[in-house]
Amino acid sequence: MSLFTDPRWGEALAHLPDYLGNHVRVSLAALALGLAVSLPLAILTRNRPAPRGILLALASIVQTVPGLALLALFYPLLLLAASVTLAWFGVSFSAFGFLPAMLALALYSMLPVLRNGITGLNGIDPALIESAEGVGMTARQSLLIVELPLALPVMMAGIRTAAVWVIGTATLSTPIGQTSLGNYIFAGLQTQNWVFVLFGCVASALLALAVDQLLGLIESGLRRRSRARSGLGALGIAALVAATLVPTMGRSSSGYVVGAKTFAEQYVLSALMRDRLQAAGLAATARSGLGSSVVFGALKAGDIDLYVDYSGTLWANQLHRTDIKPRAELVAELKAALAKDDITLLGELGFENAYALVMPRRRADALGIRTVADLAAHSATLSIAGDYEFFSRPEWAALQKAYGLQFRAQRQMQPDFMYAAVASGEVDVIAGYTSDGLIAKYELTALDDPKRAIPPYDAILLLAPKRAGDARLQAALKPLLGKIDIATMREANLRASGNDANSSPDAVARWLWEKVGGR
Amino acid sequence: MSSKPAISYQHVTKRFGSLAAVDNVSLDIVEGEFVAVVGGSGSGKTTLLRLANRLIEADSGTITVEGEDVRNVDPVALRRRIGYVFQSGGLFPHLSVADNIGITPKLLGQPETAVAGRVDELLELVQLDRAKHRDRLPEALSGGERQRVGVARALAARPRLVLMDEPFGALDPLTRDALGDDYRALHRKLGLTTVMITHDMTEAILLADRIAVMRGGRLLAQGTAAELSNSSDDYVLELLRTPRRQVERLNALLPTGGAA
Repeated sequence: MSLFTDPRWGEALAHLPDYLGNHVRVSLAALALGLAVSLPLAILTRNRPAPRGILLALASIVQTVPGLALLALFYPLLLLAASVTLAWFGVSFSAFGFLPAMLALALYSMLPVLRNGITGLNGIDPALIESAEGVGMTARQSLLIVELPLALPVMMAGIRTAAVWVIGTATLSTPIGQTSLGNYIFAGLQTQNWVFVLFGCVASALLALAVDQLLGLIESGLRRRSRARSGLGALGIAALVAATLVPTMGRSSSGYVVGAKTFAEQYVLSALMRDRLQAAGLAATARSGLGSSVVFGALKAGDIDLYVDYSGTLWANQLHRTDIKPRAELVAELKAALAKDDITLLGELGFENAYALVMPRRRADALGIRTVADLAAHSATLSIAGDYEFFSRPEWAALQKAYGLQFRAQRQMQPDFMYAAVASGEVDVIAGYTSDGLIAKYELTALDDPKRAIPPYDAILLLAPKRAGDARLQAALKPLLGKIDIATMREANLRASGNDANSSPDAVARWLWEKVGGR
Repeated sequence: MSSKPAISYQHVTKRFGSLAAVDNVSLDIVEGEFVAVVGGSGSGKTTLLRLANRLIEADSGTITVEGEDVRNVDPVALRRRIGYVFQSGGLFPHLSVADNIGITPKLLGQPETAVAGRVDELLELVQLDRAKHRDRLPEALSGGERQRVGVARALAARPRLVLMDEPFGALDPLTRDALGDDYRALHRKLGLTTVMITHDMTEAILLADRIAVMRGGRLLAQGTAAELSNSSDDYVLELLRTPRRQVERLNALLPTGGAA
């Protein structure tokens, strides 16, 4: 099969109206908000050096915060704000998706607009401002008739920069629940679907380029005082916005939203659940690529309706427990604890996806390492890699404490690259996942944990508070409970990590249902 | 010519920090008069001009325009009824010639058609071709044309008073001469009162009815060219000597009765 006949292009294309429309929507809103705040600030501070300096310094600081971090920060911030407004005024709002993404992106857009706005206004020949005053303009008329029009080309250049930044950075809003062209990139990276990654990159680059060129046309039109030129640019922007927004307008967003974290297994399971709901006649969409800390909050707030989490993760991160219980006991206690928040723990899927220290089988045999305790004796000469959250998780602290692990070096990696890295000797040990199909593929071995420092990680299905009594939903999901054993999940994950047409989460989810549906 | 003052300065002082840009100046400009204020740079002549339409506020003393103390008049309304010609035109580069000329009537809320008609009148008045210049941007004009537009703009709202800040300073001698004469004719035809700033005594003598000489913020002398030549002030006499010397040298150099 050639690159161009790969059916994943078609799959990617099918998502385009949704992803592109949402991308444009959030970028446009962010830019509008950014302009609405920045332009008045630029006008107000143009002749006041002290506040102007402070403002520009603040905007510059915002700019140094990485886009992903800025977006991620807004989620807890808004969550807090929402709980405050709920307590004080009895109204709450969704801290998930559109709002945090728009606010963070708006903040991101401010620096170029402010800087160019102030530069443009201050760069006007003082003789012209005197002249405006001399012919009898008020300060306001001088601003509107003379200063703003003269500063406009420089301002437009700032707006253009801001637009390109916002469109680029909007791809990072996927983990906080805002659908964007970043969905292709996040999903593609996690499932090694390079067609998706490429599609997402090209689509966002083309969008940014088109907007840049059109705004550039407006800018040069303003510079050359050519109405035709700026009119053409404005028309182009309007057409682009209409073309991207209209296909998704009026489309109802009702129905169940299935959440998924940012790794392949989650993509597959969310696709599986979505398919089950649809098969039961329930409208459902998958919202994937959500940050691990975002997804639980989103469920609690009702922004998503259901997702799969892992018992040990919630045990440590939500209940803040450090003691370890046997599998069934831990799930039972977790269920009771979640019920206090009106979250339904519907049941276990049947497999565990635990963290485990993993190394090549041959290397382990050669060093005589079978358990983490054996590893501890060698750890000072070895290096370890984990995913982005592992080293800050309580499980890692517990492991280190229980076995006295002291590695020579530790690195963070994209989960899918870890296995290849350890197989090639790039690192010696990785903190992998027991359900990962790559363990078998690369001939790796998961070390035993005799002191039981790592809690059990049963995959559990959680329902949002508002779905607690939803019998149709529960009936549609029941056939999945207890049906997915570790071997099946590993195979599914291995398929999903492939780089062919059958490796898309949707295809793997269909395969998985064929396997477990009849059980 | 009536003797009612159109603009009157009484003991006016304006300081910028410790520097007295205008130092206790008293000067009356009579209705219909063309007064030139002559002085070097830093003499305070521009400040004096701008005090009249409150582009600059006086620290002390009284300024009246057409009998009213300017402190009692809204500065924006005051500026709209006084024409002002800027040094190098001061035209708004993003507005067409027509929009530049029509700006003050438009600010006064006159209807669009009236403004358009007035613009055409003014183009004719300052001898610019209507079809050729109306829709051009200032950058497409020559220096002389730009200054003609500047004059037209100052006259657009039919002011009785016109203030001119070195209006012809940046022009080549031929254009300058033509424009000066043309303006002088307009001044007479429209019954204007004009105060013009210049550093060029020759220009002042040729155009103005009366000349005020400033130096270091003080008004050294005022009067007709003939009156000034009787002044006891060395600086004033020195200023008057320059054009005279020029005339003498020109007379010596140019053959009389020739083509020139």
